[in-house]
Amino acid sequence: MALDPLIMPAGAREGEPIPPEAEFKEDYTPAIGPWKLALRRLRRNKVALAFLGLFVLILIVCLLAPVYSADIAHIGPDTTNVTGTVKVGGHVKDIVSPQGLPIGPTWTTHYLFGADTEGRDVAVRLLYGGRTSLEIGFLATAIIIVFGTLFGLLAGYFRGIVDAVLRPLMELIWSFPPVILGVAVGTALALGGIGPIKGNSLLIPSFIIGVIYIPYLGKPIRGEVLRLREQDFVEAARAQGMGPWRIMVSEILPNAASTIIVFIPMMLAYAILLEAYLSFLGAGVQPPNASWGTLISDGIQIIDTTPHLALVPGAMLVLAVLSINILGDGVRDALDPRAQVRIKT
Amino acid sequence: MTRFVVRRTLSAIALLFATSVVVFGIFEVIPSYNPARAIAGRNATQTTVQEVAHKFGFDKPFYVQYANTMKLIFTGQVIDYQDQLNVVDQFRQRFGATLSLVIPAGILWLLAAVLLGSISALRVGRMADRALMVLAILGVSIPIFLLAAVLLYLLAFKTTIFPNTGYVGISDPVQWAYHLILPWFCIAVLSVGFYSRVLRSNLLDMVNQDFVRTARAKGLSRRQVFVRHVLRNSLMPIITMFGLDFATLLGGAALVTEFVFNIPGVGQYEAQAIGNLDVPPILVGSLFTAFFVVLFGAAADVLYALLDPRIRLTG
Repeated sequence: MALDPLIMPAGAREGEPIPPEAEFKEDYTPAIGPWKLALRRLRRNKVALAFLGLFVLILIVCLLAPVYSADIAHIGPDTTNVTGTVKVGGHVKDIVSPQGLPIGPTWTTHYLFGADTEGRDVAVRLLYGGRTSLEIGFLATAIIIVFGTLFGLLAGYFRGIVDAVLRPLMELIWSFPPVILGVAVGTALALGGIGPIKGNSLLIPSFIIGVIYIPYLGKPIRGEVLRLREQDFVEAARAQGMGPWRIMVSEILPNAASTIIVFIPMMLAYAILLEAYLSFLGAGVQPPNASWGTLISDGIQIIDTTPHLALVPGAMLVLAVLSINILGDGVRDALDPRAQVRIKT
Repeated sequence: MTRFVVRRTLSAIALLFATSVVVFGIFEVIPSYNPARAIAGRNATQTTVQEVAHKFGFDKPFYVQYANTMKLIFTGQVIDYQDQLNVVDQFRQRFGATLSLVIPAGILWLLAAVLLGSISALRVGRMADRALMVLAILGVSIPIFLLAAVLLYLLAFKTTIFPNTGYVGISDPVQWAYHLILPWFCIAVLSVGFYSRVLRSNLLDMVNQDFVRTARAKGLSRRQVFVRHVLRNSLMPIITMFGLDFATLLGGAALVTEFVFNIPGVGQYEAQAIGNLDVPPILVGSLFTAFFVVLFGAAADVLYALLDPRIRLTG
């Protein structure tokens, strides 16, 4: 027997717009789980969705860097061309003037955003740099999420000796300003690398950024787990004879999941920003690799004569981080409209 | 109170000790790090490097090196490897510039945050509130060196409204302030948005509390209720956050700002030292920062207790 449409929950019918009063009725509709509710709240946040779109666009464009380089700009990211010329609007212009000034944005397929002092294509380098920055960002975020969750779970669930080891460790990392700690370790490791990993590997900045921000997730998760482990459902699981690992994975972790999810976009934004800071101070991405941070940093040295060298990657970086932050705000509001989390840079 | 002071002092000593061991240890475990070679110069022969290593004690075991360095730091005799300058003297000389940068910036951002946070809480959903939201998100999305470089390009190079970096001592107050306006602005503007957002949500949580209704019912005006009850109770989380942020800035976290604006503060010295892998200044800088973090953490707790008599100082 089909359900009477009148008693179906608001918004549950396919393709029907959600009535504005649905928000107040949500509590009384038994058919909707918390995750579905959160997703629905996020879908209603048009600003967050728009910026999610922007971020995905930036991501795709950066991943397509080799295609742009080979098929549109016809120049590699490290190809220098100091003596060459480029056609702009029918005029032939030097890519780098005899005085050493590179050409500004041409708005054509060649040198779309101009050249740098060595005649390299800024647009191509921007996309490759973005790939580097985003790779480091995602890798560092993965490290933070995996180890932050693990440390938080272990310290919060086992307490005692495990907590006595993990908590001071996290406190110690946490009490350093991230930029100072990152620059010190980054400079040191960039010189000689660790073991088989070379000094200019992208793994080094990813690893450093990941480690620095682990306590920012680990501490709140630990607090959450300390609270959850005293709840009745954990007690019930223990009474049923579940081991500690099973309780952690199947009872506590799902309940801490929304906190972890809130942290994902936030950590991604902070990781990308910290990479820029480290690269600016010479302790992040090392040549021949380039990232948005190193591009901005190179551009700032000569911002007076060629502002586009710093402004183009700067704008990209800010747009990417901004869109992640707005999306992150939306996710947080959707999961827990009253939550408050904070991070320092 | 005595109990509070004793417990805080003990935990401070523990933190400072752990910090120094970790910082020292980081450089010990790095394989390619050879301070003797750095001091001796690139063209030094193997014997010279060994002599330098012997003179500075780099050939001794880790704990001996650590103990020697800590002894030198606390007797104020430690020198950096790069320029053989006395590190403690350097911090002493440079601290004035950092104070000039950080204190007015801190006051600026706290006042602006209280003002903007209050305005946006009183006008939820209106233009002012939304503008603040945008500022807050921009503030956590722009690296400070980019903002500083763009401002310098627009305001000190394109139009010469402000001086192009540099620092003038406070003995000439007008030039001092004139040179520091942009750096103050950069530090403040990136924090104001976030702080005022936090204050805003605290205020909004607070206005529905029973004691606010009681205060209104006993005849206080809206303004009196807001300032004396709502705002006062909402300031606490801000104070803790501010204490920590301000402490790290004093200890050298303003290094990026000092670097871009060429301000000879402790952060700039730390940035140079880090670039040269010069351990003594990095070590002193970390201890310096940790000291302020502990100090301001304790100060925030004392202030908490003053603002809210229900809270006792237990350490």
